[in-house]
Amino acid sequence: MINFLKFRWLYFLISAIVISAGLFSIVRWGFRYSIDFTGGSNFEFQMNKVVEKEKIQKVLDLNKIPVVSFKLSDKTILLRTKVLDQNKESLLKKDLEAKLKIKITVLRSETVGPILGKEAINKTLVASILAVIGILIYMSFAFKGFNFAFSAVLAMFHDLLVVVGTYSLLCHFFGAEVDTMFVTAVLTTMSFSVHDTIVIFDKIREYKELGETKNIEEASNKAVTVTMVRSLNNSMTIIFMLLALTLMGGSTIRFFIITLLIGTITGTYSSPFVATPILVWLEKRRQK
Amino acid sequence: MKTFKTIVIAFILLGLIWVDLPENIKIKYNIPTQIDFKVFGLNVKKDFTTKLGLDLKGGSSLIFEADTSKVKKEDLNDSINSARDVIERRINFFGVTEPQIQTVKTGNKYRLSVDLPGISNYEEAIKLIGQTAQLKFKELGNENIATNTPIFLQLTKDTGLSGIHILKSTVEFNSQDGKPEVGLRFNKKGTELFAAITKRNIGKPVGIFLDNMPLTTPTVQTEILDGSAVITGNFTTEEAKKLTIAINSGALPLPIKLVEQKNIGPTLGEIEVRKSVYAGTIGLIAVLLFMIIYYGRLGFIASLALLIYGLISLFIFKAIPLVLTLPGVAGFILSIGMAVDSNILIFERIKEEQRKGKAFDIAVRLGFGRAIDAIKDANVTTLTVAFILFNPLNWEFLPQFGMVRGFALTLAIGVGTSLFTGVVITKRLINFFYKND
Repeated sequence: MINFLKFRWLYFLISAIVISAGLFSIVRWGFRYSIDFTGGSNFEFQMNKVVEKEKIQKVLDLNKIPVVSFKLSDKTILLRTKVLDQNKESLLKKDLEAKLKIKITVLRSETVGPILGKEAINKTLVASILAVIGILIYMSFAFKGFNFAFSAVLAMFHDLLVVVGTYSLLCHFFGAEVDTMFVTAVLTTMSFSVHDTIVIFDKIREYKELGETKNIEEASNKAVTVTMVRSLNNSMTIIFMLLALTLMGGSTIRFFIITLLIGTITGTYSSPFVATPILVWLEKRRQK
Repeated sequence: MKTFKTIVIAFILLGLIWVDLPENIKIKYNIPTQIDFKVFGLNVKKDFTTKLGLDLKGGSSLIFEADTSKVKKEDLNDSINSARDVIERRINFFGVTEPQIQTVKTGNKYRLSVDLPGISNYEEAIKLIGQTAQLKFKELGNENIATNTPIFLQLTKDTGLSGIHILKSTVEFNSQDGKPEVGLRFNKKGTELFAAITKRNIGKPVGIFLDNMPLTTPTVQTEILDGSAVITGNFTTEEAKKLTIAINSGALPLPIKLVEQKNIGPTLGEIEVRKSVYAGTIGLIAVLLFMIIYYGRLGFIASLALLIYGLISLFIFKAIPLVLTLPGVAGFILSIGMAVDSNILIFERIKEEQRKGKAFDIAVRLGFGRAIDAIKDANVTTLTVAFILFNPLNWEFLPQFGMVRGFALTLAIGVGTSLFTGVVITKRLINFFYKND
């Protein structure tokens, strides 16, 4: 048995650093929202030869395109604009082809109206709240003690903060966007977080009931020691899969996968190092 | 009895492999990907092909919003159905395979979501679909056209009577023989026009055209003055209904506006599929190696169970059939990682029991028994979240996005299947591999 609880201040410090970095980023830079939520247009044009960025920019300006962001990588134009209707898109494409003497293949062209974006926000919020309520109801059934459920929920919110905060950093530094897939990844993370905590708490409860251990601290240390290998191994297999997808998978779902990856790591971390110390603290307070 | 069981299992496995094989694989024998046979008079027909979503195959997903402000409440359903029908007609004209058209109601807004897989000329498609339906009445032109040309080609002259002059079209039943007919009611201007048209065309055909395609070319029997006409013919009720819907799309035209469009070129999807399959394979190998290295013989069994898990999942995807999108693939790959979880839980339990000094076979039995509670508990939350994300009842207050749904569905199928393979199959395999020890 390893005395994991001895280092609880270190765990607290690590969590505090990661979460404050995220919170700082949220306050300072916020998020970049995808057209799913804000409305607007996205284009990915493939050109048949390399063209200088300035030349493309000139054509965009000439056509009075309401550009939000414009990136050029090799022969691909990545363009985000305010809502651009079909006619304007066709005209822009033709103009680019004529003025730059290139041929364009449309890899992707997406337009979402502003009303739909607003609706998407509402629906996603409802879905998230329902998911959280569902998890909470389930947990109050799974753990009869309030302290168990409460610490698991706190750990879940810890993971939520980590994922959301880190994503804000990803938005700022790597151009990630908050879209419906991000929300999906967050919800998956939350369910995974609880899933992992349940396995440890299950053990703690077992030791408590068997009376093999003197107090809650010993029961927790023992439970964490016993489940550690399982937790790590399980997360490893998931991480293998997600890492492979991040490194080798396609670009469209990259940030979705990275979010899941961060979620898996924090979900694994929070069960022994956040949920368990909180549980021990609560249980000890009750006994006093 | 035991041999019998093994044979049955072997056959099931072969069946799974057969279904799961890539369709385009080149083997000496032509493997059919379709089941088509009769059992007790029941026709069993099943197509086992992988259905790829728009993001993988390329194509367009369009959402139109209907402007219902000028439509009376009682006509709303008719006009929505008509609008849908018009879109379907236009798409068929475009020759898209397996288009999907759905009406989605959100609050008091009506939307039509149109999926056009594999279409590359989306600009033209959007233009064509987005038009408001045009209904016109035409009569015989003056030109001398050979009489053996079809009637609708001879009807070239515009009568000036159009969709705006029709109040509504309904299915009626003849008061004498009870046969279905299509009734038309005109407004005041329409009544005047129609009276004139019928007067000069007695005994001649007058055609009703929707978007310049002929709907019907009835022959005028008498002059009609009261602005209500019936088209008789040997209609079935179904045919009459179809015709009224088509006429109503011109009579109750519903202007539709494009509010969302996502067009994916075919090349992009192809690259993404290849990359995902590649990444999935590498990840899978890593997981298998990890399990074998860490758990030895038990790990080998878990790997076998995992492969069977893959076969079963793929089978379910193909059998439903599930439209595979990129997030769907991600959900599946994630579930592979999660699938091993139940095995790891069980193995760790077995090890724990062994450490307590129990014999292997007893440890196995205890390990399975005790781990199942934890496995069950842990998967309930994943399934809950998957349920909400998938939104199976199509509640309007929840997201109805295709992408999220694809992810939730494959994840849920994955978790469900992994419960089966992780517990039932693994137990069988352990019994099989360890019985000779």
